[in-house]
Amino acid sequence: MIAAIVMGAAAGVVSGLLGVGGGILFVPALTLVLSLSQVKAEATSLLAIIPVALAGAAQQYRYGNVRVRDGAVLGALSALGVLAGVALANVLPDRDLKLGFAALMLVTAAQFFRRWLRTRKASADRPVEPRARGE
Amino acid sequence: MDHLVSGLMLAPRTFKLAATGTAAGLFSGLFGVGGGTVIVPLLVLWLGYGVREATGTSLAAIVVIAAIATLAQGAYGNVVVSKGLLVGVPAVGGALFGTWFQQRVRTETIGLLFAILLVAVAIDLVVS
Repeated sequence: MIAAIVMGAAAGVVSGLLGVGGGILFVPALTLVLSLSQVKAEATSLLAIIPVALAGAAQQYRYGNVRVRDGAVLGALSALGVLAGVALANVLPDRDLKLGFAALMLVTAAQFFRRWLRTRKASADRPVEPRARGE
Repeated sequence: MDHLVSGLMLAPRTFKLAATGTAAGLFSGLFGVGGGTVIVPLLVLWLGYGVREATGTSLAAIVVIAAIATLAQGAYGNVVVSKGLLVGVPAVGGALFGTWFQQRVRTETIGLLFAILLVAVAIDLVVS
């Protein structure tokens, strides 16, 4: 019970900080701690994500970080994409696709890592740290 | 190939946005990964969003995606409401802290943390 609450809170922090749903922590909390099956855990994590994303989005809106129209377009088209994805999942070779997508994620991760390295070098050349806020 | 790449870079904004949303949905339907791991990188690296704007807008999109997906999964009887609330309610507090904290972290550091998340998701995907 306490472990589930702690993992839930941690999922929320990841969600708010990184702009994701937090399913990567919700699903293991629901399977390992609350002993749901994988299928039910994935479905139930979607329910948990609604209030979390809503709270995070509302607070980001107050900070001026939400482009509402873009978010609505992304959300509506994603919903359509999900249907196509579920249909495709039944006909495409699962393993190869997963490996390909995982590789794509690693390439993307490398991009963010390079950006971080670049600014680290840049700020090392400057005597004073720039302010945290402001891009 | 060069034409394709420069064509994609110059594509109208609305097209890029539509492609990003569709890709996010497609991958979450295919692999069960959340939309955010697709939306945030595409908004930052392709549409030129700032990291904070990308994560905030992604959360707004996820509200829509998760709501529709929950209804669909609920129809199959797969959603266990009590257990969803048990993890979801404390997570709301976590999300408020996470967004608050995010305003105090340099954008490149957020990007670094996002890179770590992507690696974790990639490993999870291959192992499962």
